[in-house]
Amino acid sequence: MRIAGKGLAPEAKSVSFTFNGRHLMGQEGDTLASALLANGVHLVGRSFKYHRPRGILTAGSEEPNALVTLGHGPQQDPNQRATTQELFEGLEARSQNCWPSVEHDVMALNNLAAPFFGAGFYYKTFMWPAAFWEKLYEPMIRRAAGLGALSGEADTDAYEKAYGFCDLLVIGSGPAGLMAALTAGRAGADVIMCEEDCRLGGRLLAEDEEIDGKPAHLWVAEAEAELEAMENVRLMRRTSVTGAYDQGTYAALERVSHHLPRSHSLKGSHLPRECFWRIAAKRTVLAAGAIERPVAFRNNDRPGIMMAGAVRAYLNRWGVAPGERMTLFANNDDAHRTAHDLVKSGVHLAAVIDSRHDAPESDLYPVIKGAQVCNSGGGKQLESITVRSVRGEEKIQTDCLAMSGGWNPSVHLTCHLNARPAWRRDILGFVPEAGAVPGLRAAGACNGSFSTAGALREGAEAALAALNDLGLAAATQELPQAEDAEYRIAPLWAVPGKGRAWLDFQNDVTVKDVKQAAVENFRSVEHMKRYTTQGMATDQGKNSNVAALAVLADANGRTIPETGTTTFRPPFTPMAIGAMGAGAADEGFKPQRFLTSHEAGEARGAHQLEVGLWYRAAYFPKPGETNWRQSCDREVMYVRNAVGICDVSTLGKIDIQGADAGKFLDFVYTNGFSKLKVGKTRYGLMLREDGFIMDDGTTARLGEHHYVMTTTTAAAGQVMAHLEFVSQALRPEWDVRFTSVTEQWAQFAVAGPKSRELLNGLLDEKIDSESWPFMGCGEISVMGIKGRLFRISFSGEEAYELALPAGYGDSLYRLLVERAEALGGGAYGMEALNVLRIEKGFITHAEINGTVTAFDLGMQGLMSKKKDFIGKAMATRPGLLGEERMQLIGLKPVGAVKELSAGAHLFNPEDPVERIYDQGYVTSAGFSPLMGHMIALGFLKDGQNRIGDQIRLVDHMRGLDVQCEVCEPVFYDTEGERARG
Amino acid sequence: MRITCPLCGERDRREFYYKGAALERPAAEADLDAWHAHVHLRENPAGELEELWYHEMGCNSWLRVTRDTATHEITDVVLAADAGLGGAR
Amino acid sequence: MRFSGWRVLKEGLTGNKGWAPHWRDPEPKREYDVVIIGGGGHGLATAYYLAAEHGITNVAVLEKGYLGGGNVGRNTTIVRANYYLPGNSEFYSHSLKLWESLEQELNYNAMMSQRGIINLFHNDGQRDAAVRRGNAIVNQGDDAELLDREAVRRLAPFLNFDNNRFPIMGGLMQRRAGTARHDAVAWGFARGADMRGVDLIQNCEVTGIDVENGKVTGVQTARGPIKAKKVALAAAGRSSQVAAMAGLTLPIESHVLQAFVSEGLKPLIDHVITFAEGHLYISQSDKGGLVFGSYLDFYASYAARGNLPMVEHTMETCVAMVPAVSKARLLRSWGGIMDMTPDGSPIIDHSPIEGLYLNCGWCYGGFKATPGSGNVYAHLIATDRPHGAAEKLKLDRFCSGVGLMDEEGTGAQHNLH
Repeated sequence: MRIAGKGLAPEAKSVSFTFNGRHLMGQEGDTLASALLANGVHLVGRSFKYHRPRGILTAGSEEPNALVTLGHGPQQDPNQRATTQELFEGLEARSQNCWPSVEHDVMALNNLAAPFFGAGFYYKTFMWPAAFWEKLYEPMIRRAAGLGALSGEADTDAYEKAYGFCDLLVIGSGPAGLMAALTAGRAGADVIMCEEDCRLGGRLLAEDEEIDGKPAHLWVAEAEAELEAMENVRLMRRTSVTGAYDQGTYAALERVSHHLPRSHSLKGSHLPRECFWRIAAKRTVLAAGAIERPVAFRNNDRPGIMMAGAVRAYLNRWGVAPGERMTLFANNDDAHRTAHDLVKSGVHLAAVIDSRHDAPESDLYPVIKGAQVCNSGGGKQLESITVRSVRGEEKIQTDCLAMSGGWNPSVHLTCHLNARPAWRRDILGFVPEAGAVPGLRAAGACNGSFSTAGALREGAEAALAALNDLGLAAATQELPQAEDAEYRIAPLWAVPGKGRAWLDFQNDVTVKDVKQAAVENFRSVEHMKRYTTQGMATDQGKNSNVAALAVLADANGRTIPETGTTTFRPPFTPMAIGAMGAGAADEGFKPQRFLTSHEAGEARGAHQLEVGLWYRAAYFPKPGETNWRQSCDREVMYVRNAVGICDVSTLGKIDIQGADAGKFLDFVYTNGFSKLKVGKTRYGLMLREDGFIMDDGTTARLGEHHYVMTTTTAAAGQVMAHLEFVSQALRPEWDVRFTSVTEQWAQFAVAGPKSRELLNGLLDEKIDSESWPFMGCGEISVMGIKGRLFRISFSGEEAYELALPAGYGDSLYRLLVERAEALGGGAYGMEALNVLRIEKGFITHAEINGTVTAFDLGMQGLMSKKKDFIGKAMATRPGLLGEERMQLIGLKPVGAVKELSAGAHLFNPEDPVERIYDQGYVTSAGFSPLMGHMIALGFLKDGQNRIGDQIRLVDHMRGLDVQCEVCEPVFYDTEGERARG
Repeated sequence: MRITCPLCGERDRREFYYKGAALERPAAEADLDAWHAHVHLRENPAGELEELWYHEMGCNSWLRVTRDTATHEITDVVLAADAGLGGAR
Repeated sequence: MRFSGWRVLKEGLTGNKGWAPHWRDPEPKREYDVVIIGGGGHGLATAYYLAAEHGITNVAVLEKGYLGGGNVGRNTTIVRANYYLPGNSEFYSHSLKLWESLEQELNYNAMMSQRGIINLFHNDGQRDAAVRRGNAIVNQGDDAELLDREAVRRLAPFLNFDNNRFPIMGGLMQRRAGTARHDAVAWGFARGADMRGVDLIQNCEVTGIDVENGKVTGVQTARGPIKAKKVALAAAGRSSQVAAMAGLTLPIESHVLQAFVSEGLKPLIDHVITFAEGHLYISQSDKGGLVFGSYLDFYASYAARGNLPMVEHTMETCVAMVPAVSKARLLRSWGGIMDMTPDGSPIIDHSPIEGLYLNCGWCYGGFKATPGSGNVYAHLIATDRPHGAAEKLKLDRFCSGVGLMDEEGTGAQHNLH
């Protein structure tokens, strides 16, 4: 019910919205919760386990009950808190976890079965027969569980991420936060202030009080105006700081357009739905306030039973009285402000029930002292409460009970780095220990100072201390005048009595459950939590933890500090995966790297393959070809018979220079490079320090002190880091430097018997076998453009790699392909490249898969005995050599076998196909058009001694079981005549 | 987590690559036990640890960072080049 | 007390007054045949199998905090046997078989749900690796099948098939894999061990290991010295510290692995799904929360909490691969401390000290190993011979290089697995 003239914006414009299909009116500035209450709607949702009717409990992000679903289709947004969702024109909200409606929910039957659904009941049953778990019990439980539903469609909203940096981060904008920001801002510090709400002010918006003689919300407005005017202060509203991390890093979520109609946040529109912030703060003031806690009593979960502070907020901020005949139940003085404000606003207050015998009295309303509410009556809406006092039990008619068990300081962020808060008996609450998060100071209610004056003072003090740390001077300032009431409270956690008294509303955890957990020896607080699920709901126990702890402590006969606490973990409030993953949707997940030949390849219809971040052409179909194998076979034959062109620029290229470059390469490669002649290229093998192969590739010596190393595509980054490590950490005294030049050069393989002919039509100076012998390298020029030419072959044919600065890549590639076509060849892709290299037994990372040694490849000859190199010592371990190891071999089909497949395992023909008889596996397979059958490479136990043997190849995954012959891993031109030309 | 690179200043952890404990490389002729210890065995303290980080998305410096593995507090960062990890030749 | 549906019914009708402690809280005795250091999943399972299979009941499990407070209570609850290297293959196969009859054996519902795991691949190379793995699984006697893109789509239509940086090519499916309610596994073993006479002693930190003449004689604890003929280490996450008490240095580096759970949601994801690109694994718990994780944070840590770069990476992979969960809200994140070995595989072996046994180095694999680990470790402790399924989980493989189990091929660098 809205009270005329009450609230911070009594004249606000009307806004229409729907709830469960009902058309309702609210007003600007409303939350969904305040608008529903203004319309007299209390029943909003259903609880998790018993499907009990639930209403609005709080006025903040800690709300456990009033969770609703907004939107439809890909924008469907489940589990939104009605208490933080700002109202906008046309908002459509609906209840969730109920069927067919929130009014009549079939699953409410669960409530009748509650005696059987106590804490941990499911650990004790559903075990017979075993197969029924997956078939019956689990599907049943899964369907019943869960809150709202995702649509199952891809999210169409936009999200963003950002970084922020500041001297001082102020978390919260109540009196402590505002005072901290004012103090630091006036001193010139870079300040970021984050406020979860859409307005600054915190509790000051919810209270009827004065600061410096004016209404508190006007003082807030002045402070806000002053802060807005400072260039060094950034005010971030609708922004929750969700996590504290190391070295002053904080996570924060800005809800950019939750308060706007849904179309505003669609991809391609001008606003994201949310922005995820990473804030690096030199110092932080935590001014997060406090959260009021419920009292556990029988049926305390009925719609209409709310937190006293929330009732005050709805009244003072939104002008809404949540009931017509109110009652209040409390154990502390603060809650009496609610009674006072209600009566002052003309709302009927039937009674104040205070558990303390020394509760303050009032002229405005009756106070029943030393009394407790021990039950509630009504169905889906509160109708009455039962009060127990020295006078006995009496029933009081009421449609809304405001309750308060005291306030819990919001210590959550101070626990994120594992610190535990300390118990304060005077306020019956946990407060942060100093230093819990380095650089962070708590101020105000989150530090246990509950008066406005106390909060203002601590906010200023915390900011001054931070300024002092930062070496910034602050002018002296006077603190504003404000109330400084003492916080008086007496313990009251759970009202004794029969029936179910709720602690954790959403997860339906009652006092009985906690006591039963203790009886069953789940007496550690962590055990209790995990056994009962208390504290595991969407509020992470913000409403229930301390009371549950108190009940457990009582059951254990221990004190609260002895019992200890569970810990709070990030995030402070739940936040969308989409926000933290902003930018990664669809193709944004990882960068895309394109070759200079990409467009030309596309123009030829290339099918692209992903190779790490790169896209490479797999093959280039020609008209009439109906499958990739035909294209691949044709491209292979280009290289074998004429000349093929392939972009090989993805290989890592590292420019290495310095007087000790040769010595350095000797140290990182197993074989020697310091004696390599200028103008020559050599294959090198690189080990990890544990003796296994890290990478291989060719390195060319371009000058006395100048080499260019190529790495495999996959290992380019790893090798660069490795070289830098060896140089900087192990051999800092050597003169050698590295630059990655992978992207500076476009490099193309020109391979095949007609490769030289092609080049000689293109290069400014002709080459012959004497000027460019096998493995020769050096500078060339093409139409005056200086480049490099390497006579290296990954196909076994006479072949060259021609490199020009990347800017010429596109035109060079087109030119090369055109000329190759004129010579009866053309472009070839990765599929053909793979066949060509398998035919020659050249290895890739399919073979050097991290578990392979030089011995396995038959390359132990490349391990120099004369010099030290990385991995040398460990490569001689017994486990890295010898016949127990699997060695690289080739495989040929026997008889009519058509298929060989990579990933198949090898067995002796007479052995069963079982793991213990496993002899090896296939790494690469392809169809050789030269040979007219499949060929493969693989690793076989003692393989080099088994050349000519028959072996059985079994691939269960593809249904293949065939005989093969083991052969040398070179199928073509075994003497290497063709490459040498 | 933020690390102060001696050359670039304070940077976010995501600019760095982690290698592990900063250990001196054994001499080439050291026995297998020494190499085994170097490559595999770790003191692995729950406390202060000298370790190697690479400023991969910054200046490419290898750094020796002294960091507490229990609290993540960083107390010292020097260039690995000055840390004497190369061992006897 | 035997648990059953009837018992739940009876107690419900009589006010739930008859329930009893699931385990006792005994005072430590002065001497035991076997002292197990660590009351996590593996320690409790070891105690259970020592009692149940070997009749050794004069056993104490010493736990520094509360039972099941380590990694068994902070993981993503996945159970599978889809390893491909000898050593891991037979061990995890053994473990999965134990999982399949665990609840009936323990009379405790750990909600073992064989909902199937799908490891997605995105290109030829990953497919061939998946085929090699799948064949190894079948050769071991477990189940694996290769799914093509359309078969994956039928099971998980909400994945991003069409507009993805790394399109889904197919998946390797193991139907017998799934999830379990992690805490309940620890509690079930604890109750089973307790019922057979094992003393479970909480809040009893071990502060020293007594060794005389190369032989273990007992331990020092926060609650006084305890003599023992055999001492078994089962303190993954703190293995290095415990081993150091006996003067041992282990091939282990401790790393933090974060895990994440969302708010409760109605069922969407029916399987465990993992991605080769970005290394995401995700499932949905019976309560409705999405449970997921990714890589290590990649720095040594005992903090049991992580930092933002890996949080964001994990969420980015979710958004890219499973865009339907973008609007699910992250409820809670936490970290577990992983014992990382150089080859990414565990150690269950004798230590160089007589009577001191090692069970450590579980890397990512600890939860799914729980029954298997307890079972083969109990065998080792009881008989002083390795169990047939654990003969290759040896400590000396690192020094010799024989029988390394480097499933990822990343080698001896500790932080790469």
